[in-house]
Amino acid sequence: MSSKEIASDLSAIDRLWKLFASVKLTIGLLLTLAATSIIGTLIPQNEAPMAYFETFGAFLYRIFSMLGFFDMYHSWWFRALILLLVVNIVVCSIDRLQATWKIIFVRHPRFNPGRYRQLKNRIEYDHDTDAEQLKALYQPIIDRRFRYHRTEETAAGFAIYGERGRWTRLGVYVVHFSVVLLLIGGMIGSIFGFEGFVNIAEGESAQSIQLRNSNQKMQLGFEVRCNDFNVDFYDSGAPKEFRSSLTIFKQGKAVVQKDIIVNDPLRYDGISFFQASYGNLTPNEVILNFTSKATGMLYSKRAGLNTPIFIPEVLGTFVMQKYTRQANFRGHTIGEAFIGRLTPPNGSPVEITLPLKFPSFDRMRKGNVFIAIADFVPRYYTGLQVSRDPGVWVVYVGFILMIIGIYITFFMSHQQIFVDVASLGEKSRTLVAGTSNKNKLGMQKKVTKLSEHLAGLATDD
Amino acid sequence: MNSSLILSIITFVYGLAGFLYILGWVFKKPAAGQLATWIALIGWVGNTAGIIMRWVESYQMGIGHAPFSNLYESLVFFAWAIAVIYLVIERKADNRIIGAFMMPIAFLAMAYASLKTGITNEIQPLIPALKSNWLIAHVITCFIGYAAFATSFGISAMYLMKQGRDEEQIGWLDFAKPLTLFIFMLLFSRVLLANNWAMSAIIALPICLVFYIGVFLARRMPEDFKKRLLAMFPEPVILDELGYQMTLFGFLFLSIGIISGAVWANSAWGRYWGWDPKETWSLVTWFIYATMLHARLMRGWRGKRIAYLSLVGFAAVLFTYFGVNLLPGLHSYGALGQ
Repeated sequence: MSSKEIASDLSAIDRLWKLFASVKLTIGLLLTLAATSIIGTLIPQNEAPMAYFETFGAFLYRIFSMLGFFDMYHSWWFRALILLLVVNIVVCSIDRLQATWKIIFVRHPRFNPGRYRQLKNRIEYDHDTDAEQLKALYQPIIDRRFRYHRTEETAAGFAIYGERGRWTRLGVYVVHFSVVLLLIGGMIGSIFGFEGFVNIAEGESAQSIQLRNSNQKMQLGFEVRCNDFNVDFYDSGAPKEFRSSLTIFKQGKAVVQKDIIVNDPLRYDGISFFQASYGNLTPNEVILNFTSKATGMLYSKRAGLNTPIFIPEVLGTFVMQKYTRQANFRGHTIGEAFIGRLTPPNGSPVEITLPLKFPSFDRMRKGNVFIAIADFVPRYYTGLQVSRDPGVWVVYVGFILMIIGIYITFFMSHQQIFVDVASLGEKSRTLVAGTSNKNKLGMQKKVTKLSEHLAGLATDD
Repeated sequence: MNSSLILSIITFVYGLAGFLYILGWVFKKPAAGQLATWIALIGWVGNTAGIIMRWVESYQMGIGHAPFSNLYESLVFFAWAIAVIYLVIERKADNRIIGAFMMPIAFLAMAYASLKTGITNEIQPLIPALKSNWLIAHVITCFIGYAAFATSFGISAMYLMKQGRDEEQIGWLDFAKPLTLFIFMLLFSRVLLANNWAMSAIIALPICLVFYIGVFLARRMPEDFKKRLLAMFPEPVILDELGYQMTLFGFLFLSIGIISGAVWANSAWGRYWGWDPKETWSLVTWFIYATMLHARLMRGWRGKRIAYLSLVGFAAVLFTYFGVNLLPGLHSYGALGQ
């Protein structure tokens, strides 16, 4: 490679570096991210393709699908935007930190008296005390308010210089670093973590879960059993509490038992189980009322699924076969119902439909026995959100650093103060001036206050 | 005497304070301004008492929880935060004109909470998802942030009034400005006042019209009267700096609000970020204000450009707060009819 080529290579890298070190790019990226993020709030994300097709029509569907609008926060271009922003942040920070490093980590800050003497916000006053006395009066005040200070002799008297908060110039880098941590944490989560769900019926257990946004199942390596599920309602009908009692079994041995509710998950082996939903299952047991046509007697019997029941008065046997959410009777839908089979002592079996909505439905059959559902024990399944995110701690550290960093960056500043005293024979003239890298109006007030305080000290004497 | 009654009264107290601030400004009556400060302070104390009483009442009902769980309660707290932030600024900046712009916002928040149909002022029990210690931290930080942005909005509006028309007239801006105003007002009405777009347009048009009649009249106003009105505003530099300080304050609290929400989401749903519309819109708001801070600190933007960004930022805040309920998602707690 000739030296010329190397030079052009360098300048290419240089140019790229310059591009990424520009705040214009930051502003462009932030606004682009703000604008594009909105798309995913207008188009519901991750729904079935058919639903999108119906909503948008063939043409728009194809365009949106190509642009990844149906899962846009995971689309290549959105990820690229975020990556560009982070590269931008890193390059900007390195670029500027190189320059500010020397300013921040300096043992003996230098100061330029000439600059302070020309500051617009300087305040000057005279009084009758001589310079040496003033020095003794001023020094402790500056010492109390400014971490670093020193006094120097000047041609006409002395100057006290004080400063504090030099380190706060680092605040912005803390914020930028926290953003990088958020990205790293998010990446760790998406590479090494997973997100899925599992529905477990009361009394049953699961060893695998369904991964979200994919058809894959994943083995947990242990067993989780739902012992019980309960849902409570307020009088208004609003839900009050969803509670699942879970037990984790490792190699057949119960290792953890916990009742989980929303906002209080079960964590085991880095995997968390969150109460997410619930649903009804076929009840296992019903209480049936058998009414004999001949005697009018009513017999209550508990019936499990597929267990024959002998009806008194030799009215036959009844088997409860199944529960269905939507039963059909002669072409009409009649809602939730139990379906069973009645076998009279001398006759062929009849299918019996027992809809929950119509308790006396079976009367219509005009048989020797009228069957009705008195009660049943509802059975639920619990819907659990299952996730593992090893990156979450990195993200949390990022969160904390971001809050601290924003506070330092915007609410603390590097303040410098300059008190210059010149001897004028018996009298002396004091000049107070100060600067800060942020909140200059606030600093101005501070300088005014300090000068008033110092002037007061001198006249009290 | 229950909290709802107190809070309805506070609505009028804030309204009165706002009216007196405006009176003191337009007719140059310092006494009216001073009275307004006291009334605003009384309103804020009553607002605080109302919130505390509501908290106590919920415990007496046996469903005790912090009063930050639905739209009504959030609006009441929003007004509370605006009032306290304004009162602090009034003291710091030693200027009462800002009150003529801020107290009406507090009044409107309270009036909207009381009058809008579909917003119930009943104390409701918490649904399972809201039963968390994070509720208080999340809602308080978010709404202090929103209130700070509202203040920044008011101050930016004052800045733009003070600076008046641009010397240089840019042709396309003459069309873009009213159009932008109309679009924002349309969205505003759709989100807050009407439940269909036609009705929203019917509401938005007169609002825009009134705004432009106001602008027209302001331009035809006798020069000395106009000067007098604007002379009582703080200096442009001060307004610019105050608006910026409020943005910083809001940005810190918005960040803490988003972060506390993320931590809460992780303990409730097993993920700290899920691109739910409310989450996304809060991030959009964060991006807009982050843009503003970078433009100001690194590119030296000042004055009008920052003021306009502050208006856009507050529009995003309003959409995050109210508009998201139009969109599908998990954050329906603050929605109408809840």
